[in-house]
Amino acid sequence: MRILRSTKVVVGLSLLAFFVLLAVVGPFVAPHAPDWQANTTSGVPQPPSSHFWFGTTQKQEDVFSQVLAGGRDTLLISLLAGLIASALSILIGVSAGYFGGVVDEVLSVLSNIFLALPGLLILMVVMKPLPPQDTSNPFLIGGVIALTAWAWGARVLRAQTLSLRNQDYVESARVIGERSPRVIVFEILPNLLPILASSFIFTVIYGIGAYVSLTWLGVIGVPSGVVTWGTMLNVSQASGSLISGWWWWYVPPALCVAGVGIALALLNFGIDEIVNPRLTSARTGRGSGVKFRLGLTPVLQSAPTKGDAK
Amino acid sequence: MTTPTTETTPRVVHGPKRPGTPALEARNLTKHFPVHQFRGRQVVHAVEDISLALPEGTVTAVVGESGSGKSTLARLLTQLITPTSGELLLDGKPVGTSARERRAYTSQVHLVLQDPFSSLNGVHSVRYHLERPLKLHRKPGRGELDALAKSLLERVALSPAENYIDKFPHELSGGQRQRVAIARGLAVQPRVLLADEPVSMLDVSIRLGVLNLLDDLRERERLAILYVTHDIASARYLADTVVVMYAGQVVESGPATQITDSPAHPYTQLLLSAAPDPSRTEPVELRGRGAPPSLVDPPSGCRFHPRCPFAMAVCKETAPPALPAGGDQVAACWLLSPDHAPTTAADATPSATDE
Amino acid sequence: MTASGHLGEPVLEIRDLCVDYGVGKKAVRAITDATLTLHRGEVLGLAGESGSGKSTLAYALTRLLRAPGVITGGQVLFHSRPQGSDTTRTVDLLAAGVEELRVVRWSELSVVFQSAMHALNPVARIDAQLTDMLKVHRRKMTAEQRKERAIELLRMVGITSDRLLSYPHELSGGMRQRVMIAMALALEPQVVLMDEPTTALDVVTQREILEELMQLRQRLGFAVIFITHDLSLLIELADSIAIMYAGRIVERGGAQELFHSPRHPYTLGLINSFPALHGEKVRMEGIPGSPPALTSLPGGCAFHPRCTFALDRCSEEIPVLQRPVADSDGTERTAACWLQTDGQTVPQQLALPASAKLPAPRGEAAGAELPEPDGSIK
Repeated sequence: MRILRSTKVVVGLSLLAFFVLLAVVGPFVAPHAPDWQANTTSGVPQPPSSHFWFGTTQKQEDVFSQVLAGGRDTLLISLLAGLIASALSILIGVSAGYFGGVVDEVLSVLSNIFLALPGLLILMVVMKPLPPQDTSNPFLIGGVIALTAWAWGARVLRAQTLSLRNQDYVESARVIGERSPRVIVFEILPNLLPILASSFIFTVIYGIGAYVSLTWLGVIGVPSGVVTWGTMLNVSQASGSLISGWWWWYVPPALCVAGVGIALALLNFGIDEIVNPRLTSARTGRGSGVKFRLGLTPVLQSAPTKGDAK
Repeated sequence: MTTPTTETTPRVVHGPKRPGTPALEARNLTKHFPVHQFRGRQVVHAVEDISLALPEGTVTAVVGESGSGKSTLARLLTQLITPTSGELLLDGKPVGTSARERRAYTSQVHLVLQDPFSSLNGVHSVRYHLERPLKLHRKPGRGELDALAKSLLERVALSPAENYIDKFPHELSGGQRQRVAIARGLAVQPRVLLADEPVSMLDVSIRLGVLNLLDDLRERERLAILYVTHDIASARYLADTVVVMYAGQVVESGPATQITDSPAHPYTQLLLSAAPDPSRTEPVELRGRGAPPSLVDPPSGCRFHPRCPFAMAVCKETAPPALPAGGDQVAACWLLSPDHAPTTAADATPSATDE
Repeated sequence: MTASGHLGEPVLEIRDLCVDYGVGKKAVRAITDATLTLHRGEVLGLAGESGSGKSTLAYALTRLLRAPGVITGGQVLFHSRPQGSDTTRTVDLLAAGVEELRVVRWSELSVVFQSAMHALNPVARIDAQLTDMLKVHRRKMTAEQRKERAIELLRMVGITSDRLLSYPHELSGGMRQRVMIAMALALEPQVVLMDEPTTALDVVTQREILEELMQLRQRLGFAVIFITHDLSLLIELADSIAIMYAGRIVERGGAQELFHSPRHPYTLGLINSFPALHGEKVRMEGIPGSPPALTSLPGGCAFHPRCTFALDRCSEEIPVLQRPVADSDGTERTAACWLQTDGQTVPQQLALPASAKLPAPRGEAAGAELPEPDGSIK
């Protein structure tokens, strides 16, 4: 497959696969339950040792197990947020771009309003009063995060639809007699896939950021016993890890969040390169030993002499 | 030539003269596009009062420069754009504008576009492009679809069809793509095929192949073909009748060889002298410099008068009707009118030309 | 309006130029062994279709070819004799460094690009574009002098001084192209390269601009390399023409000679791809097939799959540019075709006498006429 030829995509996908595997399988292979306590006497987190690879928390819970268990909710919620936001942005953005006129005006006003709203603040305001049972419902949280994220994708899709709408093949489809819904779904949408993919990945990254931030800030409570990377950061900070130097408590979850973000970003760059081949390194000459300078075409004098048959 | 009507001025219908009802007829087509400007509402007079008849088994060429309105005319004929006034008749019967009638119209009239690189959707195979119109209009049985699609490819000389049917547009050359676009048009079994600059973006050596294909289709399938182009040489090659447009109006029309051998309208003469001609022995003398006028505020009277080397006083006041210029040729020029023609050659002095 | 056959001394000599796209294993050969000579005051036309390499050649000469274009062989000798000087200085443009190129470029060799809309700075006014360029190349001029020169140049191409303060988007396509020509001629170069300068323009504007250009050439005496796919235009315009196919030059000769007596089957086919404006209407066939992609060229002569006269030899060996057997010694004509070598019987259409002045009727030159279907009106 052409997609796998890009190193960025391969690295990004592998990294992402690793974390997804972690999230799915983690809780089962973890040596302990995330809220299991080694003992209840000590109040000081233990550094990494052969018993506890990532050390323990203040309550003597195994950090390693917590990291393994903490990915599931994070990834699930951001994935949901990405899916719901993408669905919304397709519906609104493509309709606005294709139909134009009043439809476009109304939908654009709608997207502009949502764009202007400060996402994180809204999320905090909406989520804070909710009881912990609701806030652990991934669909609800994913949905609310999606509501603050769809508008950007909708603008981008609208712009792209506007330019695609004037393509000759859209005109040809109408000349044959295709109806509008068919034209949108079968002629325009397939050509929007690269942008859609990119927008989806962006939204997932945003979703991770939003969810981790919200749990870190303590806006979203979780039912007792449930651990996510965000709550680990929350608890470790509240317990004074930064001051006391208990790095094994907050560094692993932070690295995991960063790791997923990097994986997704690499995937995004890789898709960009495939869609726009000019961005690839091969064309800029890196690594081939030849320096390309604008206005000074390189001369190699390596051609075989005249008369060579091909 | 002039159709007697109840209107005060007889309407001239351009196009090849054949007995019987033409496949497609346009009467007094006019299109004004609204322009949003700060000072009130203005319109672009893109197409002004054109009547055209396309009989089956003929090719009519519409020649003009950019801004002449030829592409707008083609789109008016497909109903992609609704006219400001005027009507269309298919086989003599007026064409309706309801959604259902429009869809029925799409099975009768097809438009082939200029750019072979964007007229086919890159994500779909050739098979998809051919099967869609078949499913929409012909509704074939289960086994027939594949056979029909392949026969379409054979009709446009993309043979053997198996080699092409599952390819994607980026795997085909420009000429092959244009043939697929034409095959797609044939799938609906139209009466009329309109082609807007179908070969301008193709390599020179393959243009004639596509033009010859259009000629074969005219002959074999008795299509009425409209060929829109800026290249008067290829118009002469392919068409029976050439219609010359300038600034939204028809300035001259007539049999193809007649128009190029003895053009009556000064604009046609200008076009012919400007066109490249390798067998020309004398240097070119361009009479009538300048650029086409703005269509928002076109010149009064004859729209060509600011550039015309033979402009007279009447040209500025009244727009000339289409006057006979010998045989089936007509030109909208006061020079052809016995009342206004200059009496001596000395009267026809080129006016001062400046940009 | 071609020059009356006066050929001065060579001003630009291209020898065995080779250009690739990309480096290493994936490199695609775009131009092979291109050899051309441009003489002072001459109009040389370069004709070809997609993949022929004509634009690549022009940009490679001036080292303006973009990545991943790489020049892999040959020489480009520019014999420069600036105005008023008697000595000729020869520069190998391929071996030159940045400084030397800067001296040559624009003041001695300039380029008119294909699309003026993209070559002009959209946020700079017309006079500023000209004066900026003068500032760089003629440091000794004062601001007043630059402004005057800009006005003079624009008047030379037919733009009135009230347009000086316009932005490019306020001008029509024809006027923008005229501004490009003014910029290209500002420093009175000896050679001007024009890459499809009028393709995007209407036929009347095209004719006007080319007329003005030829008048300027008579006045200022520069040589022109004119690149286009429109061979019919070149025959009227150029003194000599080089035809390119799949990265090689396949025929060279005087414009009128080439038109009346082509030597290469591709040239014959190209000439027969342009319908005539006058004379009898006959069915013409163009050339079957389509130009090959540079990544998958046929073996031997790249044209042989489309050639009606192909020999066995044509699919194995690449023909070399040489004097056609149908022409006598001392001719400037060259063609790369095995049909034109000693011992071959040359088909009649490719062996027409070079001195024929009367145009042969199109029907004969094209070969057998197809019978017309009954009832067709042609």
